[in-house]
Amino acid sequence: MIKNISNLGDAALYCDFGAEVNKQINSEVIKYFNTIREKNIKGINNLTPSYNKLIISYDLNLTSFNKIKEEIEKLTQSETSKSISKNLEIPVCCDESFSLDMERLEKKLNLKRDEILENFFNKEFFCYMTGFIAGMPFLGDLDEQMRAQRLETPRVKVPKGSVGMTEQFANIYTFESPGGWNIIGNTPLEVFDSSKQKEPNLINPGDTVKFKQITLEEYKNYNE
Amino acid sequence: MSNNYFKVIRAGINTTFQDKGRNNLYHIGIPFSGAMDNRNYLLANKLVGNKLDLPAIEFAYQGPLLKFYGDKINIVITGDVVFNIKQKDNKIEGNCYETYQLEHEDEINILSTNKSVYGYLAISGSFDLKLQWGSCSINTKANIGSNDGKKLENDQEIKISNINKNINKKKISYLNSKIENIRIMKGTNFDYFSEEGKKVFLEKEYTVSKLSDRMGMRLEGPKIENVVNTNIKSEGLLKGVIQVPADGNPIIMLSDHGTIGGYPKIAVVASVDYDRLVQISPGSKIKFKEIELSDAETLFKLYEMETQNLLSQI
Repeated sequence: MIKNISNLGDAALYCDFGAEVNKQINSEVIKYFNTIREKNIKGINNLTPSYNKLIISYDLNLTSFNKIKEEIEKLTQSETSKSISKNLEIPVCCDESFSLDMERLEKKLNLKRDEILENFFNKEFFCYMTGFIAGMPFLGDLDEQMRAQRLETPRVKVPKGSVGMTEQFANIYTFESPGGWNIIGNTPLEVFDSSKQKEPNLINPGDTVKFKQITLEEYKNYNE
Repeated sequence: MSNNYFKVIRAGINTTFQDKGRNNLYHIGIPFSGAMDNRNYLLANKLVGNKLDLPAIEFAYQGPLLKFYGDKINIVITGDVVFNIKQKDNKIEGNCYETYQLEHEDEINILSTNKSVYGYLAISGSFDLKLQWGSCSINTKANIGSNDGKKLENDQEIKISNINKNINKKKISYLNSKIENIRIMKGTNFDYFSEEGKKVFLEKEYTVSKLSDRMGMRLEGPKIENVVNTNIKSEGLLKGVIQVPADGNPIIMLSDHGTIGGYPKIAVVASVDYDRLVQISPGSKIKFKEIELSDAETLFKLYEMETQNLLSQI
């Protein structure tokens, strides 16, 4: 449920679902996100779901804060119960050439490489949100023992396809970009395809993801 | 079919194609982008008789030097821009908001924006560009948009089609108004800051830093003290949002901003002041002035009416 609605400037509604970050609260955010998207409410030109907030942007030439607020308050729980999430499997290769921060993680977590990988590949992740850079999924939750801080000095360039961990989340770098997450492997899968006009991103908020470990050989042959 | 194009002799500092931007992609990490100064972008298209949503060339500080090959074409520059046009042996100083006709091998040299940042060049025709998610706007940081998501480069050619030859010379007298007091509304984390910090933010002057671009405007000045937490759970951003990271210096999100961020939001710039905000050049001083939501809505309507008025005079 939305706990509070306020304005974020004069062209956006800020819907607060609570202070915590958990799957239950995030699922509520995603339900509202999907429902509002389908409703095509006049003037709304963007929606940004995150862990526990939903920001609704609108064109101030077409509508106003009070009008959009009224529309959102009209939405009932039953209208927001639809789920359109997918289950996905993402291949990841953890060859030394890809697992850039494995040594660091072994030290920080006080776990062996095999223990880290076993835990990681047995986990079923939930996509809380996508963004920051185009298509990057924020996947949770890692077990307590797997949670590490981001790098003290972020990398200037993290290779495309890198799979990283920070605190309770895993992510995938959809293209080469600066970043500070602990990189443990790389996926050959195109997680964000900018040539697609519709649905360029593979993983959407609400989807569940399991990673599958592949060998370097399988990685190299993946796109053939 | 005749072959019309510009050759880019000098690309300029940050020259891109921009239009009205792209909607409904925040949730996958793609911002609006689009022309930074929307009013000047619209005026440029109107002056050359185009549909208002056609892409124009946006430049910052030093603009491009372009040589035209082909039939006659009308061009216009909007903003506060120093430029000249070379026609055969003749060089003329250009005036903004006034159309000029270029002929084969004429050159247009955009020297600089005058105490401002962005200017626009529109032509009586269309640039041959690919749309990506409904817009040609280039976001160079994410490599999104026409021209492979890159800014213009020296020696490249810009193909032109659909030249409209029946355009009369047009001109309006308009002066970009400057602004020093940026009107804002309180942000969702306004109360993360100490009483003194809030006072500093609302009363002191800030200097626009050189580290400002289409993604954000960094400000330098008295530090704003945070008494709650210098991080929030990452959440959506919008253009105009003012974040204050741990170092206490505010950053204003601009059109190519990242879509998610984790710094507290002290305030949001009123939409009415966005076009003029982006024109404030590095080294200039700005002050913030708090207004209520209802005032912001009214002021925006008046600003829009003024824009429509200007457009209808053309």
